[in-house]
Amino acid sequence: MSTQADFIEIKLPAKPEYVGVVRLTVSGVANRLGYSYDDIEDIKIAVAEACTNVVNHAYKNTEDDQAVMTVGCGVYDDRMEIMVADQGKSFDVNQLKKNLGPVSGDQPVEELKEGGLGLFLIETLMDKVEISGDSGVVIVMTKSLHRDEVEPNGNGISTSATQQ
Amino acid sequence: MNLQIDIKENTNENLVSLSGEIDVYTVPKLKEELLPLTEEQNKNIIVDLSGVHYIDSTGLGVFIGALKSADQSGSHLKITGVNSRVRRLFTITGLDEVIDIEVNEREEA
Repeated sequence: MSTQADFIEIKLPAKPEYVGVVRLTVSGVANRLGYSYDDIEDIKIAVAEACTNVVNHAYKNTEDDQAVMTVGCGVYDDRMEIMVADQGKSFDVNQLKKNLGPVSGDQPVEELKEGGLGLFLIETLMDKVEISGDSGVVIVMTKSLHRDEVEPNGNGISTSATQQ
Repeated sequence: MNLQIDIKENTNENLVSLSGEIDVYTVPKLKEELLPLTEEQNKNIIVDLSGVHYIDSTGLGVFIGALKSADQSGSHLKITGVNSRVRRLFTITGLDEVIDIEVNEREEA
């Protein structure tokens, strides 16, 4: 059932101005597959968060202007797997995950942190997330495709896409 | 793929209208324009997001920073014009509990 049909890969400079390019590309692929409007928006945010991590990380740890981020899209019948990889130094994934979570209303304003919501959003918006931090960081995010909501000819019209 | 920032300063109110995309690329500019406004004493800072069609954690981070800064200077930060997508992000991150967000009534209907 879920044989891999296609794999799309792009390599870009790990610079802020290219995160929007990744977003557009991945949303184009998702749109072709017939994801709903809301799912596409979720995918756009998740992939942008992953790229933002790479960009910030690459900038922090190297003087290297040539830092690259690699984005891959595995396209299956029932899901899309997006991987974002950097070639930089890896960070402590477990330490990072410990601080994961939404903001609480009880928290005093001065204790709120400006960063750290990115990985939380990825985990919330995608169906499955795996992070490997052995040599560089690779994050693999999966979004399921619910064909039932889509017209048989795959023109992407679904009930949830009619809002807005 | 850009962000337009329009600022109207009045005696006790600063209105910041944003349109476009708030992401890692546009956030430095937003921070640079928004934060000084929140450092002014006893003001209302209203950020209108009705023209914003994309925001992620980098943008949410700026609003957390702006909230902290406004809090310290005795000012008040309010966000208006959020569409259902943008509001969803504020909700799942819990930021709607700490930031004053005015829901776009037309979207609600």
